[in-house]
Amino acid sequence: MSRYDIVKKSRASDRLTSLDYITNIFTDFCEMHGDKRYRDDRAVIAGIAMLGEIPVTVIGLEKGHGTNDKISRNFGAAHPEGYRKALRQMKLAEKFGRPIICFVDTSGAYCGIEAEQRGQGQAIAENLYEMMTLKVPIISVIIGEGGSGGALGLAVSDEVWMLENSYYSVISPEGCASILWKDVSRAEEAAECLKLTADDLLEQGVIEKKIEEDGSDLRLYIRLKKEFLKTISEKMELDTEQLLNARYEKFRKIK
Amino acid sequence: MNLKGFFKQHKNNLEGEQKSENSTPVKIPEELYISCPKCKKAIVKRSLRNTLYVCENCGHHFRISARQRLFFTVDPDTFEEHDENMSASNILDFPDYDEKLEAAYKKSSEMEAVVCGTCKIGGYPCAIFVMESNFIMGSLGTVVGEKITRLFEYAIEKSLPVLGITVSGGARMQEGMLSLMQMAKVSGAVKRHSDAGNLYITLITDPTCGGVTASFAMLGDIIIAEPDALISFAGPRVIEQTIRQKLPEGFQRAEFLLETGFIDDIIARKDQRDYLTKILKIHTRTGRNS
Repeated sequence: MSRYDIVKKSRASDRLTSLDYITNIFTDFCEMHGDKRYRDDRAVIAGIAMLGEIPVTVIGLEKGHGTNDKISRNFGAAHPEGYRKALRQMKLAEKFGRPIICFVDTSGAYCGIEAEQRGQGQAIAENLYEMMTLKVPIISVIIGEGGSGGALGLAVSDEVWMLENSYYSVISPEGCASILWKDVSRAEEAAECLKLTADDLLEQGVIEKKIEEDGSDLRLYIRLKKEFLKTISEKMELDTEQLLNARYEKFRKIK
Repeated sequence: MNLKGFFKQHKNNLEGEQKSENSTPVKIPEELYISCPKCKKAIVKRSLRNTLYVCENCGHHFRISARQRLFFTVDPDTFEEHDENMSASNILDFPDYDEKLEAAYKKSSEMEAVVCGTCKIGGYPCAIFVMESNFIMGSLGTVVGEKITRLFEYAIEKSLPVLGITVSGGARMQEGMLSLMQMAKVSGAVKRHSDAGNLYITLITDPTCGGVTASFAMLGDIIIAEPDALISFAGPRVIEQTIRQKLPEGFQRAEFLLETGFIDDIIARKDQRDYLTKILKIHTRTGRNS
């Protein structure tokens, strides 16, 4: 399978979305809407839930299912208020000592007039900045598309995992092809150059884990739940300084 | 937001600028004169140095190199460069990247897209990084991220304020995800520097886009910009392609960001030294946290 085949799979319209994972892995999920500053961005889902016996905060970039749902969620492309909603919930997670789990699935943060007016760059920057020192464990999973800064805005975490059929890239293969060769149809070649798959990024030290997708959806949920429980209990053992130093070092070492 | 001109037809700013830079008015010897990209007035090239590369007619701020900026900004003979020989390698074996780097060395006479060091401004000690637009459009590669991170870590150790002067097209595509990770890495260092009670000032210059806007350019305690600087997450052309409509005039310019509340002030080049001196003076550590 080529890298671009993986990109295509990550974008398949029947692919599981954040909400699928949230409703099937956690119990007692209560969604919390709105950034309390401007509006509720439906491209981001945020809330609190139980992971087994552990209270957690869950955040996801949500593409939606079906045309109307997808449109209302802007196809998973968040505005600044989406990132601000996420940050507000993450701060509450810190206050109550809840670990944070983020599901990332976006072609990128939205490129539009309103997004720029309301400070898309500032919103993402603030998330990177604040997430680096949040005093609770954070795990991010790229479940489909990991589109550049829009994905990173929810992925400054202790561990970043990727599903087998997901990608995480500085630019979309199409965007890269159009810059390199002024030819979008060469996206397949661009995907090869960008080295954007789970295997590539494990090798580059950008991510910690690749999650296999063989078998049924149910098996995937169970696998993920087990991995979450294991990693979160490990991270909960660390004192705050150890946790934050390790998070800083995770990014610090990439050069 | 200022809606004046919202419905007017207007040119794509980036394209307009590129075109006008190439077109020289007739009968003017190119080697002596330069046409202002904004008002088109012919300017004697040699006189630009005296005006800090600002058009005397319309106030247009020309793009200048990192070294010129240092020369105009810091006290004479106070700049000590850090990590000056760090340079990039083609880690991902990306097509044409080696050639691109060679071209960048030639065009900029720099080893990378950022110059870092320590200096004094108005007598006040300060760590400083200045990005270089002539080096692959100031793009954020691994070396750029590493140099800026090291500067912040040094500034934490020495309790120094940091002044960052940004100009960048964003993350460096040719380094893939390793480039994107620099946004997180530098932001983390900025956070540590801030948590230790130190001052960070960003001076955003034309153009600052993408991953740099979405990380350390927007993280200053004090964020100032040069007049008319383009400051964006998504560049104007990308937005126009996405929404299939022309953008209003002045959109994503410094004045627009001042109005929408995302920068603290706009400071003209000739006033920057005095302004920075004032800011550094106000932040000398004599307060309760000193």
